[in-house]
Amino acid sequence: MPPEVGAAGLPATRRRMPPWLATAALLLPSYAWLTLAVLLPLTAMFVFSFLHATPLGNKPVVWTLEQYRAFHDQPYLLGVAWTSLAIGLWTTGICAVVGFAAALALVRATAGRTRETLLILVLLPFWTNGLVRVFSWTMVIREGGFLDVFVRWFWPSAPSLGFLYTTPAIVLGLVHGYLPYMVLTCYIALLSIDDAVIEAAQSLGARWWTVLFKILVPLAAPGLVTGAILIFVPVIGAFMEPRILGGRVGVTMGTVIEDQFTQAFNWPLGSALAFTMLAVVLAVFATFSGVLRRSAAT
Amino acid sequence: MSGVDVTGVAKSYGATRVLTDITQSFESGTFTSLLGPSGSGKTTLLRIVAGFVAPDEGSVRIAGADVTGVPVYARNIGMVFQSYALFPHMSVAANVGFGLGRRGIRGKAARAQVEEALEMVRLPGFGARHPKQLSGGQQQRVALARAIVIRPDVLLLDEPLSALDRRLRQEMQVELLRIQRESGLTTIFVTHDQEEALTLSDKVAILDRGRIVQMGRPAEVYERPRTKFAAEFLGDANFLTGIVRAGRVEIAGAAIATEDRLPPDGATVTLAVRPEKIAIRPADAAGSGALENSLPATVASVIYTGTALTYMLRSGDLSLKVFAQNSDGSPLAEGSAVVLSWAARHSVSVEG
Ligand SMILES: Nc1ncnc2c1ncn2[C@@H]1O[C@H](COP(=O)(O)OP(=O)(O)O)[C@@H](O)[C@H]1O
Ligand SMILES: [Mg+2]
Repeated sequence: MPPEVGAAGLPATRRRMPPWLATAALLLPSYAWLTLAVLLPLTAMFVFSFLHATPLGNKPVVWTLEQYRAFHDQPYLLGVAWTSLAIGLWTTGICAVVGFAAALALVRATAGRTRETLLILVLLPFWTNGLVRVFSWTMVIREGGFLDVFVRWFWPSAPSLGFLYTTPAIVLGLVHGYLPYMVLTCYIALLSIDDAVIEAAQSLGARWWTVLFKILVPLAAPGLVTGAILIFVPVIGAFMEPRILGGRVGVTMGTVIEDQFTQAFNWPLGSALAFTMLAVVLAVFATFSGVLRRSAAT
Repeated sequence: MSGVDVTGVAKSYGATRVLTDITQSFESGTFTSLLGPSGSGKTTLLRIVAGFVAPDEGSVRIAGADVTGVPVYARNIGMVFQSYALFPHMSVAANVGFGLGRRGIRGKAARAQVEEALEMVRLPGFGARHPKQLSGGQQQRVALARAIVIRPDVLLLDEPLSALDRRLRQEMQVELLRIQRESGLTTIFVTHDQEEALTLSDKVAILDRGRIVQMGRPAEVYERPRTKFAAEFLGDANFLTGIVRAGRVEIAGAAIATEDRLPPDGATVTLAVRPEKIAIRPADAAGSGALENSLPATVASVIYTGTALTYMLRSGDLSLKVFAQNSDGSPLAEGSAVVLSWAARHSVSVEG
């Protein structure tokens, strides 16, 4: 309350809102939206995961934990999980190497308008329709596709290099789609490194690889970690790329879960699998962030 | 043995000529300041010596060896940056030990040298800390330790103290001088602060628009500036321009004597006279007679600062400035007629 208001408390003008109310009023829309758009559906799915069958029609509602035993009851799911994990690790790893290199080139070798233009080009996959992006790869890497045509230009009798419907094809599609995250997070991390720090290292006798591995990579580690999380989580749940580029080998957690919702109509199993994955990922990150924090402290 | 020799170095960025034909020796073990206004090319010259910038023309020798084409990492230089540029993810000990590691010195030997360097900059036992946990002055000491621990052939400092506040800067000046004396490193120190340059250096080099206009001991450069720019940039100066006549210079009706060699009669010359070299007395007081030059003038204004007085004076259409000690506590009044006098050796002939 303004000080000129007397002890009688007669408000001279319109009463001011207490600060907490103003804050709450400002935050309300976003929290309401979050609740509506994220929390409610998630909660619904979480509830579904304890059901015996999809609650449609007039089947009786039966509560059960059996869906969470899926990995035990259907051991093939362990293999599927392993495939997803491998695809996630490969994709994240390749994105880390390529994305870091691209970000480094952007930050250190370009400036001004060129840099901005190149950055926008890097972000292009974000703005192309995912389906189009993935399908266009099938044209390139199928047998007799653009890749083969291109190679046979130089070497007419070349064997086909097509690798559609293989795990590398899935990884390729995923890397293409998710690379911009890594470029962006590394770009931001590298941008904040003072030029003088790199010059100081050089003046002390460091060659490029020492500068890279002892200065740039450690200082850009937050960007690498953020990028890895942003990529790894959606990639192990991805289903479009495995389906289109993986064909028969493209059975991943993402496709299995999607199948439960769209084909098998087993929403409870789909939800349970999704939440199991979420739990595992969170557990991994919890451990990982603990390790990171401890190593940063020492 | 020679420390650093720069020969015929020139550098342009596009159409901008930044350095023009710089030829200068920096003797082994001496502390040289590169002094000049912002944009005069000090940093560029330092970075050419370091190897971050390749000169368009000319060559650089460090400790006798031609390093013009040698990359930075192979030059054995120590460099201290204005922003400290410590490695933020490494401890103080790792920072200082970085250059040793690059030279294959590791383990116990490295730890001993790191501790020795930290003692030299008066930060013993700070090895385990991180740069973030240090004050600005302490960070700059670590940067200095990191640069000297590798025993570089030349120590290069680019305005290393300008990010510090005034008190800390003076303290660090003393430290820097002590460390340079103890280590005996050939040092090139870039600054735009004339006082800093005068107090620290064995030699001062004055840069003006990409040229070294004068280099010498601080007193030499201060007392005998060679150009108008040098006289004005290092300290304050009155410039008196007149015509040479019979071994003297005719200015405002007076014939001013100088000990410098003068061009033949009729030529125009400029003399620089430092404001503190000029004695001021009321026109009616008896003259000392010992000083060769005297010039009548009127007091235009007085700036009173307690210990000292600055008189702004007019003599004909000439404006002059005189610094005087406030020894008798009664400054001359504005508008009073005075006589200015100074010795012939304090009229220094300077180039335009
Ligand atoms: N990398 C560069 N590209 C273009 N111009 C530059 C570059 N570095 C310096 N300059 C120009 O060279 C001149 C001298 O710069 P610098 O050596 O930094 O001067 P100082 O250190 O004396 O202030 C300035 O006009 C500056 O704009
Ligand atoms: Mg500079």
